[in-house]
Amino acid sequence: MAQGTFENPEVVQEDLDILLIGGGMACCGAAYEMMRWAEAVKAETGRELKIKLVDKAAMDRSGAVAQGLSAINTYIGPEQDPADYARMVSNDLMGITRDDLAYDLGRHVDESVHLFEEWGLPIWKTDADGVRHDGAESQREGLPALKDGGKPVRSGKWQIMINGESYKWIVAEAAKKALGLPRIQERVFIVKLVNDKKDPSRIAGAVGFSVRENKIYVYKAKAILLAAGGCVNLFRPRSVGEGTGRAWYPVWNAGSTYAMAAEAGAELTMMENRFVPARFKDGYGPVGAWFLLFKAKAVNAYGEDYMTRNKELLDQYPPYGQAAVPASCLRNHLMLKEMREGRGPIYMDTVTALAKLRESLSPKEVKHLEAEAWEDFLDMCVGQCGMWVGENVEPEKKMSELMPTEPYLLGSHSGCCGIWVSGPGDLGAPTAAEGEYDGVPSHLPRGWNWGYRSMTTVKGLFTAGDGVGASGHKFSSGSHAEGRIAAKAMVRFALDNADWTPELDTPVADLAEQIYKPVRNFLAHKDYTTAIDINPHYIAPKMLQFRLQKIMDEYVAGVATYYNTNEVMLKVAEEKLEFLKEDAAKMRAKDLHELLRAWENYHRILTAEAHMKHIQFREESRYPGFYYRTDKNFVDEKNWKCFVNSVYDRGTKKWTCFKRKHVDLVDKSKLFKPAAH
Amino acid sequence: MPTYVRTDKCDGCKGQDKTACMYICPHDLMKLDKDGSETGHPMKAFNQEPEQCWECYSCVKICPQNAIEVRHYADIVPLGGSVQPLRGSDSIMWTIKFRNGTLKRFKFPTRTTSEGSIDPYGGKPLPKVADLDKPGYFAQSGGYRTGRGGELLRVK
Repeated sequence: MAQGTFENPEVVQEDLDILLIGGGMACCGAAYEMMRWAEAVKAETGRELKIKLVDKAAMDRSGAVAQGLSAINTYIGPEQDPADYARMVSNDLMGITRDDLAYDLGRHVDESVHLFEEWGLPIWKTDADGVRHDGAESQREGLPALKDGGKPVRSGKWQIMINGESYKWIVAEAAKKALGLPRIQERVFIVKLVNDKKDPSRIAGAVGFSVRENKIYVYKAKAILLAAGGCVNLFRPRSVGEGTGRAWYPVWNAGSTYAMAAEAGAELTMMENRFVPARFKDGYGPVGAWFLLFKAKAVNAYGEDYMTRNKELLDQYPPYGQAAVPASCLRNHLMLKEMREGRGPIYMDTVTALAKLRESLSPKEVKHLEAEAWEDFLDMCVGQCGMWVGENVEPEKKMSELMPTEPYLLGSHSGCCGIWVSGPGDLGAPTAAEGEYDGVPSHLPRGWNWGYRSMTTVKGLFTAGDGVGASGHKFSSGSHAEGRIAAKAMVRFALDNADWTPELDTPVADLAEQIYKPVRNFLAHKDYTTAIDINPHYIAPKMLQFRLQKIMDEYVAGVATYYNTNEVMLKVAEEKLEFLKEDAAKMRAKDLHELLRAWENYHRILTAEAHMKHIQFREESRYPGFYYRTDKNFVDEKNWKCFVNSVYDRGTKKWTCFKRKHVDLVDKSKLFKPAAH
Repeated sequence: MPTYVRTDKCDGCKGQDKTACMYICPHDLMKLDKDGSETGHPMKAFNQEPEQCWECYSCVKICPQNAIEVRHYADIVPLGGSVQPLRGSDSIMWTIKFRNGTLKRFKFPTRTTSEGSIDPYGGKPLPKVADLDKPGYFAQSGGYRTGRGGELLRVK
């Protein structure tokens, strides 16, 4: 075939058994686990499964861990139980999570952490005298590995400290070796899933394009893992110049997971949930180590600890405010009261914390402590160091401001939006025979298990990491572990469907035209005006993104309204988003880079629309501190202790929201201290 | 800016099929200006969309010429500071210069094995296909937490 041009791209087609979309922690985990089972299949049956991983970036530095991390936030350890973990996840997310998913993750996740250490990730250890050593030193000192009983340095109940600059590089190396280079396609952005021609409730393939060459890729597959991260920059960020890029979560997470799943007909869950992290202002550096390892306190402008000052606010949200560690959103809620009432700025009191630690430390230990504080940023958020050097901040001498960020949508951190998936069958989850609310569309499965673990409600479509909703707190290790769990079920699915051949419901030529629509828009109209960016026939992806961010910020509880919205504001947003979605068909792409941005923003719009519809449907304020519906400013346990789920109709472009019953599989009362008398 | 490429150091990774920064940038920001038509500097790379830069330093760390540095977000950060790494095979060295001239240096380990040495399945048994449906992975290393009894309310 002749080489493609910008006007006339080459179409590359490939038939697979299994396609992995994404190259982050979840897909790396899936690749690692899957290839070993594929080897077993080959050894036992002689059959070779055709597998491919497609990443829009380079696996060495793609996904949320690209920059590195200073901690692994989920390590259960031998002393804690998966049930303890499921309880923590539930409380942090205001009681509405799937215990089956959290518990299953909790029992598996440490296996992945042990692998990371085996592969070369330096993990801090505590020696017999209680002295902590970095990951390389602990190895030189002969301290045992985690799997052999080594004691990690806990910066919290679930977190362990690492020297994680090369975390993703290491995890990717293992995944790449497991796959082998011919099974990896980098710099191809998958933008659309394709359903099966004969069975629309089934997945048949996925299409995308290269951001390097004029090529469109069409994959047919029996099973697809969609794990392309959460959604960033759907709200107007607090910094709107160059600082737009300094999002807390990676700016390349564009909601592709949620949007593509929704368009394929997959049931979404808890899309009303969002995460608004309170972080060091503007640089968005991590606060975990400061709170948990260095024991720093956050205070208002007058030095008062707002968690103490506003303690009574926690009692307004029983029982979630009454756990030893109140839900993340409620901690924000207490901070926001200070800001709203004019007692900001909020500071992390690094000066007092470090002074206190110095009292009991030798000069050598103090120097080590200083290095630890800087490493916390350098490993995962160098931009925060940029802030500190620019403003001459030495944390032992000068406090730093904290600030709640713009909202993010994700399912792996302190957030639980995502896709509704089939859970494990052995943990007592509700079955299809149990009752469900009226209003669940009849084509959707009942119960929490419909055969293949991690499969969405679309046959053959699986997800992991940020994709799995109603769970959360998986973080890097849990996303890897969840990818591995999904991989096994996908191999099973591929084997069970060995004789089935996927058939795309849309002709390849039509798919190619849909993908290249922004290019067509540009080429058809570019000479109509003298200025390339101002043209009545198309809109630049960047401008469309600004419009999305403005709508979400001003009407759907962004920072402009201190996270407040109401029924009327949501109605306004609904109309504006519909115009925006229509105009998305007029996006232009003047080159492949802009085509990437065009499709990312299309995914952001659909994700944002899901978020808005879910907030509109849930008539309460389940996450005070993350968002408030001022017309329903309460938590309503009687009517809304349930999942809000939705499906999207690609044909009519309409959402249907409905309730699903919440059931506890582990006893949550253990979280709460008996009432004081 | 966020990341910027020094004209005196960048050689466009000539002799290779692609530039290191283009290869690694997670957000497709780095671009080689082959003929100089976009920057006036032929065969040198540049950041084509600086307001989308996460300052993740992936390009800074990988550049074989140490040609890439960061001028932190101009709409947020006062000028004059710099944070520059030198990434080796098992550790990374950071040089941190404050606006007021204060200098700090830190060195942190990055990995305890040599790059490229991972043997993903070495010493791990091949599983049986029949075990696909059981909880747990193809091989265990003492990290699977079975869970204490009695915690699951609906499992008798």
